[in-house]
Amino acid sequence: MAVLKVTFTKTNRDKLAQVLWVLNWVSVVTGVTLFSLGLFLKVEIVKRRELMSKEIVSVPNMLICVGLTACAINFLGGKICYDCVDTTKFLRWKLLMLPYIICTFFFTFCILVGALMCYSMRNDLEESLFLGLRDAMRYYKDTDMPGRCYIKRTMDMLQMQFQCCGNGGYRDWFHIQWISNRYLDMTDSEVVERLRSNVEGKYLIDGVPFSCCGLHSLRPCIQHQITNNSAHYNYDYRKEELNLNRRGCRQALLEHYTQIMQSIGLIVLIIWLFEVSVLTGVRYLQTAMENVLRLGDPDSESDGWLLENSIADTARYNFNIIKNLGKCYQVDDDPNIDVPSSSLQAQENVPVKQIPVAR
Amino acid sequence: MVVGKMKFTFQKRVKLAQGLWLLSWLATLGGAVTFTLGCFLKTELRRRGEVMDNTDIHCVPNTLMIVGLASMGINYFASRICQDALDPGRFPRWKTFLKPYFGCSVFFTTLMLISVILSYAMKGSLETSLKIGLKNGIRFYKDTDTPGRCFQKQTIDHLQMEFQCCGNNDYKDWFEVQWISNRYLDFSSKEVKDCIKSNVDGRYLVDGVPFSCCNPSSPRPCIQYKITNNTAHYNYDHQTEELNIFIRGCREALVNYYMGLMNTIGAVVLSVFLLQSSVLASVRLLQTSMEAVAGQENVEIETEGYLLEKGVKETFMEYVDPVLKLLLLNQVTPPEAKPEAGATGTTTTTS
Repeated sequence: MAVLKVTFTKTNRDKLAQVLWVLNWVSVVTGVTLFSLGLFLKVEIVKRRELMSKEIVSVPNMLICVGLTACAINFLGGKICYDCVDTTKFLRWKLLMLPYIICTFFFTFCILVGALMCYSMRNDLEESLFLGLRDAMRYYKDTDMPGRCYIKRTMDMLQMQFQCCGNGGYRDWFHIQWISNRYLDMTDSEVVERLRSNVEGKYLIDGVPFSCCGLHSLRPCIQHQITNNSAHYNYDYRKEELNLNRRGCRQALLEHYTQIMQSIGLIVLIIWLFEVSVLTGVRYLQTAMENVLRLGDPDSESDGWLLENSIADTARYNFNIIKNLGKCYQVDDDPNIDVPSSSLQAQENVPVKQIPVAR
Repeated sequence: MVVGKMKFTFQKRVKLAQGLWLLSWLATLGGAVTFTLGCFLKTELRRRGEVMDNTDIHCVPNTLMIVGLASMGINYFASRICQDALDPGRFPRWKTFLKPYFGCSVFFTTLMLISVILSYAMKGSLETSLKIGLKNGIRFYKDTDTPGRCFQKQTIDHLQMEFQCCGNNDYKDWFEVQWISNRYLDFSSKEVKDCIKSNVDGRYLVDGVPFSCCNPSSPRPCIQYKITNNTAHYNYDHQTEELNIFIRGCREALVNYYMGLMNTIGAVVLSVFLLQSSVLASVRLLQTSMEAVAGQENVEIETEGYLLEKGVKETFMEYVDPVLKLLLLNQVTPPEAKPEAGATGTTTTTS
């Protein structure tokens, strides 16, 4: 009992082959799209590698590989479908078609996995950003140390571009020393007192770098003595909302990447649906062509199906094959061994053949 | 005196028509590209229109857009003409259309060349416009409570951060303007009172700049107040400190940006112009060589094609005269006046 059987006339088969040829070429284009999406994501992640503790390579690499494989598979598929119109040319591909369909089936499964990975990347990313930003803020002042001298610039550009401040908020800057000792006058009593009052000897202030300043503020930016209302005229830090960027950079970057990932995930899902439909078409074409060859007349009608038997039977059949693969060295099922049969009927039914004697 | 005379065999005519068909489609693409570039330039100019005093510079993208659209139309007709050219039955219906077609095409192609020249020539106008616009922007920076000027602060801050520039000519422009509003100045403080008293106009001037002038590439936290005072900051010399704030002026930055954009666009449009001119010349040669074939029995004879039948000046006058007549600039004197003038002339001589 075949699964989803459809009858194809000769013209139907030809049309199906032509349509599949075009669709396979469209799939090559979508494969290129997948590849470029993976590349774009990789570039976006590498751009901000300094702000992440652990670079997320799995998702973009997966997309790149899947994109390249899609191009190759669909290119081959296009050639096969082009040859399917002619039964003589189809014979060339006959043996290759079933393995091709199985490969494409697993490959389409990989596309689905890729799409789902896009949506699940968020948690990993959040943790990576939290640790990365914390370290970046800690090394903000180390502009004279090799390997860390560009972190200040990266952090400033990030805060200006995404209009964010600090890790979770602007108060993160109050807990670290972001002004290097090179620019602190150690003879100044105020500086000395502040250093002494801190347990670890760090110069902590209630101030933020200039890149935290809000663009929409109505007054010139207040970046030092933020929590001290009396230090500035007509200022209340609890009511002042536009002075500094309120959003934390972790939140800002997470939103940015989540948006990218969701768009990419959606596009990959659409491409997956398209690939599944192409695969279904190729399967129907393969079974229809094989049945035509079995019937002998190339112009006759033939049936095409997804599976020859029901799903349960096919599964059992394949499972038996896999089971028997492992038993190739076992002796039990060797037909050449003489096993005494228990029933008399079986004995009678076995025809006894006489060896012809030459006279 | 014929200009650009060439002999064409039948095979050459066929090849010319085929090549022309391909060229005209390429030129249509070129026209579309010109139109897109014009739109892009206009968008870029409008984005920063708040720091420009006038919109004179917009004539460049407007011309590019007009020329782009016209070019697409011209090349579409060129492809239709060359498709019909080799068929002697279909070609004569284009006869009356061709003269105005060539007139328009030459006009728009010259306009394309003019737009390229304009994009280089308008640099001075752009610079003046930016100078005035930026000066006003810096003057009204503090007026965030005045309607019509409340976004100047945001615009100037955004501009300085994006183009990595400070002030109009350089950062010292901020020293000459009061950019901190009186709303945020404590008039009971001695320091503020001294500062205002020492200024002739009663303005609060500081040797400081807004935060948007700060350079992220600086190794030390930004020093934006008391910039010229070395003793106010530890280990600081304002004459040797180059990375602290942006040294470049915003006018220079913007002019460089727009001239770079217009140079690239100019180069592309120039190549489209060359393509367009070759299309027009080919259409003309094809037309003139096919005209000689018309009426002949054997269509495969060798004919002559030319660009202009008469000299350049005469052809130009031939095209311009109808236009002038239309505009009534070249009036023909009425014939009754002439014999009257002749009669008065003779009467005066006799008497």
